[in-house]
Formats: sequence, structure tokens, C-alpha cells
Amino acid sequence: MTVSAPSAPAGREASERDRRAPVARVLLPVAVLGAGVLVWHVIVQVYAIPPYVLPGPMLVATTLVRDWPILWQSLLTTLLTTAEGFAAAVVGGIALALLFNQSKWLEHALLPYAIILQVTPVIAIAPLLLIYLPQQTAVVVCAWIVAFFPVLSNTTLGLNSVDRNLEGMFRLYGASRLQTLRHLKLPAALPYILGGLRIAGGLSLIGAVVAEIAAGSAGAGSGLAYRIAESGYRLNIPRMFAALLLLSVAGIVIYMCLAAVSYLMLRRWHESALGKDN
Amino acid sequence: MIEPATAPSESGTSPRVGDAVSMKGVTKRYDGGVAALGPLDFNVRKGDFVSLLGPSGCGKSTALRIIAGLSAPTSGTVHVAGGGRSIGFVFQEPTLMPWASVRDNVALPLKLARRSRSDIEGHVESALARVGLAEFAAAYPRELSGGMRMRVSLARALVTDPDILLMDEPFAALDEITRFRLNNDLLALWRDLRKTVIFVTHSVFESVYLSRRVVVMTPRPGRISAEHRIDTVEPRDEDFRTSAEYAAYCREVSAALSRAAARP
Repeated sequence: MTVSAPSAPAGREASERDRRAPVARVLLPVAVLGAGVLVWHVIVQVYAIPPYVLPGPMLVATTLVRDWPILWQSLLTTLLTTAEGFAAAVVGGIALALLFNQSKWLEHALLPYAIILQVTPVIAIAPLLLIYLPQQTAVVVCAWIVAFFPVLSNTTLGLNSVDRNLEGMFRLYGASRLQTLRHLKLPAALPYILGGLRIAGGLSLIGAVVAEIAAGSAGAGSGLAYRIAESGYRLNIPRMFAALLLLSVAGIVIYMCLAAVSYLMLRRWHESALGKDN
Repeated sequence: MIEPATAPSESGTSPRVGDAVSMKGVTKRYDGGVAALGPLDFNVRKGDFVSLLGPSGCGKSTALRIIAGLSAPTSGTVHVAGGGRSIGFVFQEPTLMPWASVRDNVALPLKLARRSRSDIEGHVESALARVGLAEFAAAYPRELSGGMRMRVSLARALVTDPDILLMDEPFAALDEITRFRLNNDLLALWRDLRKTVIFVTHSVFESVYLSRRVVVMTPRPGRISAEHRIDTVEPRDEDFRTSAEYAAYCREVSAALSRAAARP
């Protein structure tokens, strides 16, 4: 493979840009956040907006600290649901993709239903699930429904993207189906699977929240989304904001963890995890 | 090694003792009905170095894949001494697993054959040493140059100690300096190991430099149009590449190739 070297001035420019990039990538969002919070604070102060309409950032922060014991418990509940839904989505999505890869008949028979499950809005399915399933199960199933499709479709794509010559080589050396799967198809699909997991992580949080909100009206449950609904009924707007803040942070942390896992598993060989220079 | 007694017709048809590969009436037709190959009658003696030379799309790669068992002939019979297990294949691309180290890539054929770990280790070490990559065992394919990747591919083909080495334009994508060096290395390997090599190429110069027998093929559907023996002083080296004898052979084979291409 030949790589054409960039001409000298362009190369120097690029490397300077690269050096500045990490700093800018951290500083810029932080600056935007600071500015946003400041504007929020000023508007609330200047217009003297009452806290049950729009609480200021300071009030949200103090509520977060004051209600921490309740919110922390709720956060753990929501995270547990998310993790269960995510785990089920990973296992189910990868397993189903492997089955589809081994048998085209099975794929033709089941794929349409997987798609139907994906395109039907989960908020519309959740009330039904809550009727037929115990609440904790229903909530996990909701998280699973939302999250499993990207895993399934990405894994399928990955398993179908195996280098034809490598496949031929495995055939030449008499590899069994299992050996081909283990040594060729799964490693080749890994970048795609990890991409699917990144999407699924965020989606299982969304699924959990949707199900909690749907379940919340039934009166039980103590997840973060339930706290948001409950605080809404009680016009406890600062706590709504605090719970929402926690949810966002949880989503970001989930995404960052999965991105880190992906980087660690691919850094030695995959284009997506390598710097521009090598 | 003593050259095998020259048979009256080297492209004989029936499998004989001493033949590594024999193909009889082999044709290949693709699903769309396009005739890609043959009929092809073609024998290769054990220990010989044969080049299949022809323009792109003449079916020479297809012939190689049929010998390897990677593709089934539409008609005709193929006989490989020792069966498919005695074949090593080098693809046009290095065809390495990007997620595996050089060591693991070379070990793959043995791992698939479920050989023991200690057994695998020894063979991998010696195969890597043979292609001069012993100290790159822990590297990943993307960290290597194109020529080195091709060496890894060659080591992987050698690790099972096959009797027959099938090479499908292995050096076509490399720069000339690297290609010449790999040509010499391949000749040295062949002299040491005395394997049967069937080498597909579209380069007249490469085929004359490497092989003892050049088989010229016609455009699609590929058939054998002419054969040339390259009899010269062994071992061949860079002196041969610049000799008048080499130039004469190249001219001769070039002319044969033009004649093959002109044929309707």
C-alpha cells in the first residue's frame, strides 16, 4: 500500500492543528456550558422567575445536594434497569445475528419481526407490557426492545463484511464452522459490534426511562424517571431539573465507558482507533 | 537436484507418477454463462517452478483457485498429489487478519489443523526466520510495509510445509525494488525447499526470471497457447536479470504472448 506524504507546509499546519485539537475539544464545550449556565442564572435573576416555573442553576445544585439520598437511590434503580436491558440486548442481539448468519431461513423468518419491534414506538408498547408482566420485568423488557436492534443489525453487517480471500483461506485449510466463526467472523465483526454497543448503551437508558414514566402512573417504582414524573405532579421543579441532570450525566458516562472499551479493544489494529499519523 | 527426465509432452493429460498437479479438460463457466477457462489440459512435475502467464482476465487465477479447491471446475478433472492438504496458497493481496499479530497470522493454518501449541510455536518461528521476519513476530500487519506483509503471507503458506505452493500474482502490487528482492528470496526458498511452485503473473519479465517453465495463456476463455522452457545456469541471480540470454527469453515469451492475445 502506498501512502502519499502530504507536502511539507500542509503537514506542519496539520500537526499544529492536531496539537491544539485536544485542548479545544475539552475547552470549547466547557466554555459553552459555562456561558449557558451564566445566561440561565442572569435571566432567572433579572426577570425574577419563580422557582416553580424555572429554578436557577444555584437552586438546582442545592436541590441536588439536599435530595441526594433519594436521587442516588433512584439513579441506582434506573442504572440497574439500564444495565439489565443492555446486557439482554447485547446477548440477544449478538446471538440472534449469529443464528441469522448460520441460517438464511431463520433470518428470512424472523428479521421482519425484529424490524417491527424496532419501528413501533416503545412508549406505545410500554403500557401493554406493564399489564402483562411484573413491573420490574416490563421495564427491563422495554430497555431491551429499544437497545437490541442496533446490536443485531450492526453484528449482522459485521459478520457479512468478512474479507472474501480470508474466507477462502479458512476454507483452504479446512476450518470448521466453529473455527471460522471464532477466528474469522467474530474478530472481523468486532468493530461493528462495538459500534452497535455504543448506540445500544444510550438507547437502553432511554428505554428504561420511557418504561419508568409509563409505569410511574401506576404508582410504584422509584427510578429517576419516576422521580421526574412525581416531582412534576408536585410542582417540585428544582428536583425535576436535578433528576434530569443526573440522567444526562448517566447517559454521557455510559457512552464514554463504551467508547473507551471500544478503543481499548481495537487500538492495535482497527482504523477507527488509530491516530491519523500511522 | 536433477531435473526430471523431459517428457515428450509436458502438458500431457493423464496423471502420472511424478506429477504434482494434473488437470484434464478443465473448464469454468460462470453463472451468467461466461466461459472463463479452458478446456485446459495441464500437468506440473513435482519440484518444478511453473508460471502461468496471460493478460488480465484470462482465467489464470481461476485455474489456480481450481487447483487449490477454492473453486469447482464446471467440467473436467483435477488431480493434486497428496490432496488439498499439501497446498500452500499466496493470494494477490497479503490477506492477513488485521486483528492478529504476525505470529498468530502465520500460526493460523496449524491452529486450524488443531496442532499442539508447542508444535505450532516451533514451526512458526522457523517459517518467520525463513522469510527474514523473526524479529517482527509480535507486530501487527498494519505496522508493516507492503513487502513485509507479503513475506508474512508467504511464511503462512510455508508453515504447513506443503508440497505445492500456489501463488496468485503475489508481487503485483509491490514496487519494483521490493518485487526484485522478493523474486530472489522466492528463488532461494525454492532452491532450498524444492517445492512445486505454480506462479500466476501477467509480467513476462517476472515469469522468465523465476520459472523453469512458462505457460502462456490466451484471453478469455483461457487456454494454453504456448510453453517455453527457461534453461539457464542455476542458481539465477541479478546477473541473469541483466544478461542477453534473459533478454532473448523475454523477447521470445513476449512474442508468444502477443500471438496468444491476437488469437480470436
